[in-house]
Amino acid sequence: MASRGIKDRVAIVGMGCTAFGEHWDRSADDLLVDATQQCFASTPALPKEEVDAYWLGTMNSGQSGTVLSKPLGIDYKPVTRVENMCATGSEAFRNACYAVAAGAYDRVMAVGVEKLKDTGYSGLVRSNVAGDGTAPEETLTAPAAFSLLDPAYCRKYDVDPAAMRDAMTHVAWKNHVNGAKNERAQFRKEVPKEKIDAGAGRVAGRLGVMDCSGVSDGAACALIVRAEDAYRYTDRPMFVKALSVIAGPASGPIDPGYDYTTFDEVVASARDAYAQAGITDPRRQLSLAEVHDCFTPTELVLMEDMGFSACGEAWRDELDGAFDLDGELPVNPDGGLKSFGHPVGASGLRMLFECWLQFRGEAGARQIADARLGLTHNLGGRPGTCVSFISIVGAELG
Amino acid sequence: MAHGILSYGAYVPRHRLRHAELGAALGSGGGSGARAVASYDEDSTTMGVEAARAALANGAAPTAIHFATTAPAYADKTNATAIHAALDLDRQGFAVDLVGSARGAVGALRQAAAGGGLAVLSDLRTGRPGSADERAGGDAAAAFLFGAGEPIATVLAEASATAEFLDRWRRPGELASGQWEERFGVEAYLPLIADAVGRALAEAGVEEPDRVIVSSPHARAAATAAKRHPGRIAEEAPAIGYSGAADPGLRLAAALDRARPGETILLVVAADGCDATVLRVEPAIERARPARTVAQLVEGGRDLRYATYLTWRGLLEREPPRRPEPGRPAGPPSHRSERWKFAFVGSRCTACGQVHVPPRRVCVNCRAVDAMERAPLSRQPGRVATYTVDRLAFSPSPPMIDVVVDFEGGGRYTLEAADASPEEIEIGTPLELTFRRLYTSGGVHNYFWKARPA
Repeated sequence: MASRGIKDRVAIVGMGCTAFGEHWDRSADDLLVDATQQCFASTPALPKEEVDAYWLGTMNSGQSGTVLSKPLGIDYKPVTRVENMCATGSEAFRNACYAVAAGAYDRVMAVGVEKLKDTGYSGLVRSNVAGDGTAPEETLTAPAAFSLLDPAYCRKYDVDPAAMRDAMTHVAWKNHVNGAKNERAQFRKEVPKEKIDAGAGRVAGRLGVMDCSGVSDGAACALIVRAEDAYRYTDRPMFVKALSVIAGPASGPIDPGYDYTTFDEVVASARDAYAQAGITDPRRQLSLAEVHDCFTPTELVLMEDMGFSACGEAWRDELDGAFDLDGELPVNPDGGLKSFGHPVGASGLRMLFECWLQFRGEAGARQIADARLGLTHNLGGRPGTCVSFISIVGAELG
Repeated sequence: MAHGILSYGAYVPRHRLRHAELGAALGSGGGSGARAVASYDEDSTTMGVEAARAALANGAAPTAIHFATTAPAYADKTNATAIHAALDLDRQGFAVDLVGSARGAVGALRQAAAGGGLAVLSDLRTGRPGSADERAGGDAAAAFLFGAGEPIATVLAEASATAEFLDRWRRPGELASGQWEERFGVEAYLPLIADAVGRALAEAGVEEPDRVIVSSPHARAAATAAKRHPGRIAEEAPAIGYSGAADPGLRLAAALDRARPGETILLVVAADGCDATVLRVEPAIERARPARTVAQLVEGGRDLRYATYLTWRGLLEREPPRRPEPGRPAGPPSHRSERWKFAFVGSRCTACGQVHVPPRRVCVNCRAVDAMERAPLSRQPGRVATYTVDRLAFSPSPPMIDVVVDFEGGGRYTLEAADASPEEIEIGTPLELTFRRLYTSGGVHNYFWKARPA
């Protein structure tokens, strides 16, 4: 695949992120105003009036650019709404970056928002396209679809199901330990492993509630400018090293060649992103990775697909603490989808926000020493049929 | 009748409601029997498909479907068309419902015999909790293919008697039937039965038939008539309850399972009159018996709790999972994908052989475009590639078990498991397809295929 990439051509100079959670008192409009005001307040050199164009990501909280222009009172500027399932926020960011890199605009904003808690259901609710009633997604829930990974993984790599369950528990435990240190996270409490184990199997397959990401409301945003202009707005900009989004043929669920132990789309987007950023040994070169831990087995498989672990070894690496906050490569230091929460359209920008804080030394109790290169990743869809997004961002040029 | 029976098939759903369980739940008498119960995802149409598939295992493609039931899934819409579609039959053909009383079974058999085609008899019997209909009823289906080939049985004679009298009735939409005082029905039926049986036997020139089946919603009239017109060989009727329009079919199938060439069978259906048919079993019977006998279908049922039965029948409204109900299947896409949705026909790439379900235009393997041929998979065995139990999903009977099925010879799809409990499923479990009703939404039944342990 040919992708030139836009390494070091654009930079983030300001960010905002609301707390994620059950905001019964906040509408999507409120969350958009909160996140963007936070961002503008921290970047006084770039007020709203000087932003040339906007990209808004939301999966289900409204349609068209007016979802953003209306609550913010944007005066007749380009506003584009994008959607790419759980990669929606990342996709808004990617398109905004490309607009600056292309020279079409000099100062743009990417915003992501999702209001999930107004539906009356505890899980994610999706709107199905009118169909013939034969698509399994119409009834099979997201946790069930991802739980398909568990027996397939155990079978392929001959992993004792009890050890696999321990590794899944470790993912949830670790991300809650991290989230407990994050004032913006939906769940700010460490959860003992025994409690995670006790609920296993109550949702789908061997997944319990503690294996599932938080369903929440939230918004996040980023101001993006040309790299050469970055220091005009902040003394510590964050430079974009790589952006990759990959959609596959979605053939896994209909092709016996797919074995439900990997995401081919993630493998492809990692290869693309690493090539753009010049990364050859991600586990050592990256300071942190914010990955799409929608369900605990997902994080395990992602570690292998991104080259952090050898195939069939992620469960062991996870149990060994390789991806803990003080491990070899901290994964989801901000708590991840699991504990920070997953307002779909905002999640990709939330991941970038953690890199932003870490690079600036503003991550508080979860600060990673000398953080300078970060990866963010979103997965939109289900095993065998998804889109994958990866970005690499850095604290310095070069 | 112009045509003989060429093949037949039967279906008995897997679940059983034991009379002991009924008695315990309602604090009434127990007993040792059981009734067959259609699962929550079965109805008269899906059970009819099962029986029809068994009857057509030889690959025959009838040009007409005559479908009889007292429990149609739809009114003002033909149910036989879904059976026709599930059997992957040609557009050039006939499909009709005979809906109302159990006598529709005779109508379906006579029509099929007269013009050829498949008679599908399928029924669910429901009564008020605690009623005789609930206890003595059963759910089942049977199908008989009539045509011009070498018959396994031929019709020697038939005779009918008709009278208007109020023995049993139900207004459309009502759950349970009313029945007049039992003794009145006996008095009304017995002369009609004697008349029809006498004329049929005389016309056939048979004095004592080898086997006799008397099927009637009036249990005592049937029992008395059976004593008055005994066969040479005692009937071993399937002990799953009286199955309405399916009852004469299921019992005829059970008789054919055992009958030897040359034997005669007297089939008596007493429902608002009496229809007597005399059949002779032909030598071809030895080569045309279905893979599963009625006795095998009746064996090995799975016991059901009474509360579950009530829930499945809509008699007990339980708290549904807190998930949105799926949308109703849309008309145009269901029509466009008729062969896929109803007959599980996929496509095979003519360039590389990759099998696709549902059918698609671009090959997922070699990317050839519009180079596809039909790949019917509804009879193809499969195995579990991976699986899950979805305790969150909307289902008429949670939890929902989903299996990723890899088919022998190619093709994969994610399907719900039917008639299975989680402990019966693991990677590699052999599966077969079964036509079911996934759910009903907006008044529309969503028919599609599920996989059950083979």
